[in-house]
Amino acid sequence: MLVFLLRRIGLIIPTFIGVTLLSFMLIHLVPGDPIEVRAGEHGIAPERLAELRHQFGLDQPLWKQFVDYEVQLLHGDLGTSVSTHETVWNEFTTLFPATLELGLCAISFAVIVGLPLGVIAATRRGSGFDYGLMGLSVTGASMPIFWWGLMVILVFSVALGWTPVSGRISDLYYIEPWSGFMLIDCWFADDAGACTSAVSHLILPTIVLGTIPLATIARMTRSAMLEVLNEDYIRTARAKGLSVRRVVIVHALRNALIPVVTVIGLSVSALLGGAILTETIFSWPGVGHWLVESIQRRDYPVLQGGTLLVATLVILVNLGVDLTYGFLNPRIRR
Amino acid sequence: MIRRTAATSALALAALMGLAAMPAQAKTLVYCSEGSPENFNPMINTTGTTFDALRPIYNRLVEFKPGTTEVVGGLADRWEVSPDGKIFTFHLRHGVKWQSNKDFKPTRDFNADDVIFSFERQWKDSNPYHKVSGGGYDYFNDMSMPALLDSIDRVDDYTVRFVLKQPQTPFLANMAMDFASIQSKEYADALLKAGKPEQIDQVPIGTGPFELLQYQKDATIRYRAFAGYWGPKPKIDTLVFSITTDAAVRLAKLRANECQIAPFPNPADLPAIRADKNLTLLSQPGLNIGYLAFNNLKPPFTDVRVRRAINMAIDKAAILKAVYQGAGQPAKNLIPPSMWSYDDKIEDYKFDPAAAKKLLAEAGFPNAFETDLWAMPVQRPYNPDARRIAELMQADLAAVGIKAKIVSYEWGEYRKRVQNGEHQMALLGWTGDNGDPDNFFVPLAGCAAARIGGGSASKWCNQDFEALIQKAATIPGQADRAKLYEQAQVIMHDQAPFYLIAHSVVYLPMRANVVGYKMSPLGGHLFDQVDLK
Amino acid sequence: MSASVSATPGRAGALWRSFAENRGAVIGLGLMIVLVVVAALADVVAPHSPIEQFRENFLTPPFWMAGGERAFLLGTDDVGRDMLSRLIYGARLSLLIGFSVASLALVVGTSLGLLAAFAGGVVDVIIMRVMDVLLVFPSLLLAIVIVAILGPGLFNAMLAVVVVTLPGYTRLSRASALSELARDYVTASRSAGAGAVRLMFETVLPNCLAPLIVQVSLGFAAAILDAAALGFLGLGAQPPTPEWGTMLAGALQYYQRAWWVLTFPGLSILITVLAFNLLGDGLRDALDPKLKR
Repeated sequence: MLVFLLRRIGLIIPTFIGVTLLSFMLIHLVPGDPIEVRAGEHGIAPERLAELRHQFGLDQPLWKQFVDYEVQLLHGDLGTSVSTHETVWNEFTTLFPATLELGLCAISFAVIVGLPLGVIAATRRGSGFDYGLMGLSVTGASMPIFWWGLMVILVFSVALGWTPVSGRISDLYYIEPWSGFMLIDCWFADDAGACTSAVSHLILPTIVLGTIPLATIARMTRSAMLEVLNEDYIRTARAKGLSVRRVVIVHALRNALIPVVTVIGLSVSALLGGAILTETIFSWPGVGHWLVESIQRRDYPVLQGGTLLVATLVILVNLGVDLTYGFLNPRIRR
Repeated sequence: MIRRTAATSALALAALMGLAAMPAQAKTLVYCSEGSPENFNPMINTTGTTFDALRPIYNRLVEFKPGTTEVVGGLADRWEVSPDGKIFTFHLRHGVKWQSNKDFKPTRDFNADDVIFSFERQWKDSNPYHKVSGGGYDYFNDMSMPALLDSIDRVDDYTVRFVLKQPQTPFLANMAMDFASIQSKEYADALLKAGKPEQIDQVPIGTGPFELLQYQKDATIRYRAFAGYWGPKPKIDTLVFSITTDAAVRLAKLRANECQIAPFPNPADLPAIRADKNLTLLSQPGLNIGYLAFNNLKPPFTDVRVRRAINMAIDKAAILKAVYQGAGQPAKNLIPPSMWSYDDKIEDYKFDPAAAKKLLAEAGFPNAFETDLWAMPVQRPYNPDARRIAELMQADLAAVGIKAKIVSYEWGEYRKRVQNGEHQMALLGWTGDNGDPDNFFVPLAGCAAARIGGGSASKWCNQDFEALIQKAATIPGQADRAKLYEQAQVIMHDQAPFYLIAHSVVYLPMRANVVGYKMSPLGGHLFDQVDLK
Repeated sequence: MSASVSATPGRAGALWRSFAENRGAVIGLGLMIVLVVVAALADVVAPHSPIEQFRENFLTPPFWMAGGERAFLLGTDDVGRDMLSRLIYGARLSLLIGFSVASLALVVGTSLGLLAAFAGGVVDVIIMRVMDVLLVFPSLLLAIVIVAILGPGLFNAMLAVVVVTLPGYTRLSRASALSELARDYVTASRSAGAGAVRLMFETVLPNCLAPLIVQVSLGFAAAILDAAALGFLGLGAQPPTPEWGTMLAGALQYYQRAWWVLTFPGLSILITVLAFNLLGDGLRDALDPKLKR
């Protein structure tokens, strides 16, 4: 087990370097630099531009800038945002809890609803329920997220007025960001209504962000369950007279979970991509929106540091998935 | 399905009840801001979004009277200008208190040291704060302050003298701009000693009507009324900026009373806002201009006939209807009608494609010629949708035999390339900074700006025009200056270096119970004297 | 149980039959055929030009609503262009996008994957690490940056989507190739003296086809969605091109006043993507023997 773990970790280091290299190259390939972008209608005199570029070290050859950046990283310094002059780390830690909270809620929603639905569909294969579910889940997986989000806001917030329009909590509440998670911090607010507000603000974004993982998990669970339900050892268990429920939940589900866990892992990366669009639509102050803005502003440190942090997370989640895999199916650990 | 509906309704109901349980005595005004501020320093930023966020905290030596571009006293209660127009002496107000926060308690009132610090920080390399927070003092440089300032002298504790190298009448108006905000020297010194100078721009201390309570990045900014403010006390206790980047979402929040003021509505929503009894719609002609600039250095745009022909070929009314949707006034001069010296006597070119074709043939283009038409990818205050405008223009130009290809770049890249004169025709515009016509004419149509790399998109340099605007910047009397600017506008109309599109009207929807808000012609949002009924 | 030889006519027939059993797949296939026909015959089917601006008719509602006109069945957009015509021409674009992106990604990705599987060693490690790095990057972000580099435009957006979907094909083809390479018939061919390239393309590749075909069909759908997302962000097809995502980008502000400008392009994306997903699922079910019962 340890060897397995160490080998996986060993593979991570080149990936890290690859990520820093890629994000560095990409952002520097984008035409324009942060100073030009800020010029606005006023424009900027070429002499002044040269002066500022020198100040920010942007006139150094690219390879030197990259090496300087790697050295800086090794010192644990992720850089400072060019536009806000806050450190990248501070900005990330301020914004990440929002994305994480939304992501966790979306994934929980997808698993809590999708898993049972998939199991039921598998046990009732060929029924109307099965076809209906599969139809819905394919539709869910085909949704353009940005359009789906807008439609949902239109119906539930604007037309029906059931849910708030955007943000994490009503602006009337003064919340101290102890943890950054609104569901936790709301308990410390002076007002009783704060937590209800936090929950009601989470409903729509969770549903929208969780739709695609929900669809995928439901289908994955169904097909994994179908495979397992036809295995010999299951038939044996049934023949032995064990109740269907016990068979399904205890034996079948455990093995069916393997591909589901993979899907959950894959969803993390997808959630960040989906989060960008969802955060834009719901004015959710998270990391996705921050990263996209940094491209527009050519905020090199933010894009480089931010993608590195996000990539780290994805790598860690994948590692976790691999470990869970190994745990669930000892045959894979070698 | 039914269970879920009931649960959601119950939650919504509970949320509403939670809202109702809020303490009634604290008056809170929520403003749906269109973006996050970059930080809390007025000197190193240029966007209106950032300025709005820090205006509640800071003051300047002089201020614009709310709702106008007239300069009145701020931190300076009186001032004198020397007869030669080069020396500006400001007498500072006594008894102005600084704000405090958990790390800083001021020990003295505002005085001349703070003024000197605030300007020297932007001007002198030797100032320890010059490089802090990146040190790009855009507006200080754009308004040519380094070239203009000879010295800033501390006459005594409450008197500061600015000595200029040449007379510059708009200088006073520049002092009312955001970059001229005054920061606390005592706070700066304390932070420097503690080794964290950047904090001055992240956790601000000012003399203004509100102090900063909390900033949640991309989410909210909370301010509390400053008890020690020298001016009239704000009528509200708490001011909240709720950062909402999408206009449709801002309107939805306004309707739900989640915010009380929501700027920059979509033009498409204006009729609905007007019809809503719970909302008021304020409007103000913007101090801006949206135009299509011809690159006057590149043929065929070197020929005035071609420029005039294009002015007759494009249907301005269709653009105003489709894109501005009533939120704009057709433009015939570079400066907007609300600005003094605007020449209303000038008659705009008529939409006449047949005449345009004839003029083009005269100029040597009887058949099709090709050109490019640059459109910016972002929405600007003077242009709600450049791409749509480009599409409409493209169709009109095709009708008179001009094939225009629409070109677009990312905003920063766009601006740079236009500065370098890479375009043939480009959509761009301008928002005024200080309410002075000089601020429009010099950067957009002056000879200095027309060089490659200079800020002018038209690259137009006309000697007669130049002489007029140069003279007008140095003489003192507004009436005399106005005469010169009027003559300049006649020349510009005749030479048609631009196709002038529109001055956008700025609309501000708010809840009907908001009183005391005055719209600023410069586009800023001020909340000092706003009240909720 | 998987096919070790190329499909024989009897096998193709069996494939079709199991495919046809799946109602969803048949619906998907049907929709796809309709889309292809409409796209091919766009010039004939569409009532107007997709870029012609009817200045008298800004934001006309669909014909069944008050103020609607028969000339503009689904209404017009904010510069007076017919929605229906734009949607029809947009179908052509979407199919083009899906096809180009999926096939380019397929060709490049499969080549890389096969190369990695056959060459092994350092080449394999390098290729797979590069794919890992690409996968770890949030895909939409990567696409946005690529478009920022290349400039906004439909072609550049498609290139960006190709790069982002590449790792999927590479990994898949490599995994399939590796499992095939371990089989007896390959070892036999090799000892019989077959060259590597010949082995790659003539023997191993056809047997990897099944999962790749499924991936392409699903990749079609993903490509359309990704390109629409980029268009929605203003980075894809530029106006006046009637790409569905681009149509949505300009439509946001009209959600109250002219809902049809927002709803129809979104629905079109949904239906098209749905069709290809159903098709892909059907193919997967038909080609994957483990699910045959």
